[in-house]
Amino acid sequence: MNILEYMKEHIVYLDGGMGTLLQAQGLQPGEYPETWNLTRPEVITEIHQAYFDAGSNVVNTNTFGANILKFPLDELDKIVRAAMENAQASREKSAGQHEKFIALDIGPTGKLLKPYGDFDFEEAVTVFAETVKLGVKYGADLIFIETMNDSYETKAAVLAAKENSDLPVFVSNAYGEDGKLMTGASPAAMVALLEGLRVDAIGVNCSLGPRELAGVVEEYLKYSSLPVIMKPNAGLPKVVDGQTVYDVLPEEFSEDVAGLMKKGVRIAGGCCGTTPEYIRALVEKSAEVPPVPVEKKEFVCVSSYTHMLEFGDSPILIGERINPTGKKRFKQALQENDIGYILTEGINQQDKGVHILDVNVGLPDINEPEMLENVVCELQAVIDLPLQIDTSDAVAMERALRRYNGKAMVNSVNGKEESMRAVFPLVKKYGGLVVALTLDEDGIPETAEGRVKIAEKILKTAESYGIDKKDLIFDTLAMTVSAEPHAAKVTLQALREIRFQLGCRTSLGVSNVSFGLPNRDSINSTFFALALENGLSAAIMNPYSADMMRTYFAYRTLHGLDENCADYIRFSASYTPMQTEEQKPAGAVSAEEYKSALQKAIAKGLGGQAGEITVQLLKNVPPLEIINGEIIPALDTVGRGFEEKRVYLPQLLMSAEAAKSAFEEIKAFIARSEKEPAAGKCGFVIATVKGDIHDIGKNIVKLLLENYGFAVTDLGRDVPPEEIVETVQKLRAPLVGLSALMTTTVPAMEETIKQLRAGAPWCRVVVGGAVLTQEYADRIGADKYAKDAMETVRYAEEVNRTLGR
Amino acid sequence: MMADMIHVKTYDAPEYDIREILRYAGCGKAEAEELPLLKDCLAELDGKLSYKVCWRYFLIRRLENGLDLSFAGTDSADLGRNLAGCEGVVVFAATIGLGIDRLIAKYGRISPSKSFLFQAVGAERIESLCDCFCAEIQKQAAEQGRFIKPRFSPGYGDLPLGMQESIFRVLECPGKIGLSLNKSLLMSPSKSVTALIGITEKNTGHSPGKCDSCDNEGCAFRG
Repeated sequence: MNILEYMKEHIVYLDGGMGTLLQAQGLQPGEYPETWNLTRPEVITEIHQAYFDAGSNVVNTNTFGANILKFPLDELDKIVRAAMENAQASREKSAGQHEKFIALDIGPTGKLLKPYGDFDFEEAVTVFAETVKLGVKYGADLIFIETMNDSYETKAAVLAAKENSDLPVFVSNAYGEDGKLMTGASPAAMVALLEGLRVDAIGVNCSLGPRELAGVVEEYLKYSSLPVIMKPNAGLPKVVDGQTVYDVLPEEFSEDVAGLMKKGVRIAGGCCGTTPEYIRALVEKSAEVPPVPVEKKEFVCVSSYTHMLEFGDSPILIGERINPTGKKRFKQALQENDIGYILTEGINQQDKGVHILDVNVGLPDINEPEMLENVVCELQAVIDLPLQIDTSDAVAMERALRRYNGKAMVNSVNGKEESMRAVFPLVKKYGGLVVALTLDEDGIPETAEGRVKIAEKILKTAESYGIDKKDLIFDTLAMTVSAEPHAAKVTLQALREIRFQLGCRTSLGVSNVSFGLPNRDSINSTFFALALENGLSAAIMNPYSADMMRTYFAYRTLHGLDENCADYIRFSASYTPMQTEEQKPAGAVSAEEYKSALQKAIAKGLGGQAGEITVQLLKNVPPLEIINGEIIPALDTVGRGFEEKRVYLPQLLMSAEAAKSAFEEIKAFIARSEKEPAAGKCGFVIATVKGDIHDIGKNIVKLLLENYGFAVTDLGRDVPPEEIVETVQKLRAPLVGLSALMTTTVPAMEETIKQLRAGAPWCRVVVGGAVLTQEYADRIGADKYAKDAMETVRYAEEVNRTLGR
Repeated sequence: MMADMIHVKTYDAPEYDIREILRYAGCGKAEAEELPLLKDCLAELDGKLSYKVCWRYFLIRRLENGLDLSFAGTDSADLGRNLAGCEGVVVFAATIGLGIDRLIAKYGRISPSKSFLFQAVGAERIESLCDCFCAEIQKQAAEQGRFIKPRFSPGYGDLPLGMQESIFRVLECPGKIGLSLNKSLLMSPSKSVTALIGITEKNTGHSPGKCDSCDNEGCAFRG
């Protein structure tokens, strides 16, 4: 019998600990337990058999750490084969009459994925895939992915399992005392992610005893539509008379786990410290517990790597600002691959209070699939909001969904056959909440009935792909009211019917409605209020609009969704004009050194002020004059203070950031006026060398160089020599800056310089970083050793002058 | 003094040592009031860190040309000196978690001054955690009439960074405290420490500050 069939009617008993039993048999600290499949097969077989004899329906093979990172492929093949044979032998020997299955056990690799570690997501998929293929080859009944403490690595393992087998996949995560995964995910976030990936059972193991894990398990039971797994430790380890013992004994353990079975756990066993005795006790204790039916939950949700976001009574705000449409400065950022600008848009919207970020990077002249994947990865590295993948390019959509660390919102599908054929298989594979537009081959119906009909068609087609109603959210299309007087009414009526007749959640891009009218914010915010009252669940909107935010907070207050009106009161306070900056002076720069308000703002590191003053200046003063007459002199003053040790590095940086705010206004002004940007200084390619992942110093140098007008190309960190040479050749850059923090990466710096000398003999190389000294720099053949960021700037200015710029 | 098992403990946040933070930020002589930004950073950090340590005790055997630490061998002369007279060693790994890396990365792109300060705060946090842990080990040792040596990390003196691999194997850092080792032997989360603490019956009466025991007199970070 297939395990999926079996578990429909039965509680499934798993096995217990392996590691603790192997240690008792003499496994040495640091020795790989997997090798015992080959060297001590009788021990492994005996342990498996003891579990089967105790009543386990499933034993996990002794392959927790069996992967190609630890073992060469031929050895791995032998290990997995032996592991499987040991489990099969034990199944044959065990006399019990119950159903017995063998799970290919897959544990974490112990590597952290990028960007915080150095392990690439696709590399992780490949590593897991090798083990999965061997498990399939040697006859596993199911795949058991366990003890994962990172949602992203979990996703890589699940994709590997799904792409290389048709076996059932069980996934169990390890939570900390704070009830979260090490990388931050809550139980609800994991439920959203894993249901989206269409695994067969989900739950928790390891870390803690049954009582401490109960809270996490109950969260799973609340949100999961899949059978829930529980495999706790036998409490915590203690040392008694020189022996390691666990503090929860079989009686208490089985009592606690059986208690959670009554609440709905369907698959249970033990982890560290548990033995066949624990499983036997559990089987006995729960013999009379009838399996609680697994109920389908109707949560409409998305998730990020930290949390699940439910679409409920309180409206969801989706920030629309990461989108080049109609935004020249944003287009420019995309063309220049200026990820910092895009991240800033994301962070600012988060600060304004949006719940989801829409991400659209479609421009005719950029590689959208690559850009979308990249921007999604960059955003999810620093922002914990769920993302809405917004593209009409199916290739871009797949790449972004694959790398997204959670259950994404997908924008969008529509009633056209072609659209559904492209989007639904992606949602089926990667999960997601899809925005469905009520239009089809015949366009947008003029009536509400027409739009509802399309919604019904989309629901039906989605079902045929195995996509639930709860994974669709309908957009009834806000049309321009100045072109069609009844447009808004039709949209609202369709919205109401879909929300209240079909029982689906809804979303609208509200801004369209006011196109062509003056004072668009008032139309938008009033329409937003009407839509909310007609069943709108989420709006794609501009969070910088005070009118829209006011409507949002007022609506929540009026609907009793804002306890004590606290959010509304806080919001109102933040919108009272109160513009005086109370920050203290950033640097010890004496008063007479300021020649103007802008120079003062920059010297004091007041970014907001520097930006505002620049906007005013731009009305009368040409951009170049502001740069050369105001910003650069101010920076020089602070820079001198730093060189003379009167100004500290953080203060220098605050000034540099204030200058950047001023530059940002100038850039936006130039983009608006469509003037050619003023010719800047020469190009400068900057990178942290291969093997080194430290980039704080490099980022500081970059910021200052940009302030001084250099065209900086930042290749990031851990950059191979070839890539640096190639970029320098392409740009014919006269200057390269290399950074290294560790002695171990200085050779990589030396190699980079060697390759630069051969491939780009014209360029000059300046090096810096914690481990470097003049002596080191000379030895590896650099042109210049800069002890800090200001010295790099001075050197670059010198080179720029010799180039006659 | 302890049986052969991996201990894991989550600590409460140690008190901030503002002077140390300023020293790591290259503002050794500044007053905290001169840097209001630091206050913002500390407020933003609230609740985003965890303080975890895992450790294990091993016996030491002196060999003709080096040390057998039970879990690894080494011929490091500097470690040999550090562990002179010790019968055992506590091997530990400590981390303050990924939260700090996320903040450093977030502001690296939009506000390097904050990124830089978070970096300094992170350095102070992990060192303070190690100090807490060492104080606890010192107390445990004292109860048994023993003394501890200053902690010694791979990469100090002539002890190669390669020792990290052995330490990670025996402490099972990824599973125990969510700490992983990169190909270049760096750790993620970045604000983490691995080290050895010698345990001895002899009171060597040391306990110099970390700067005093270092030869690099011109160092910018000298306290």
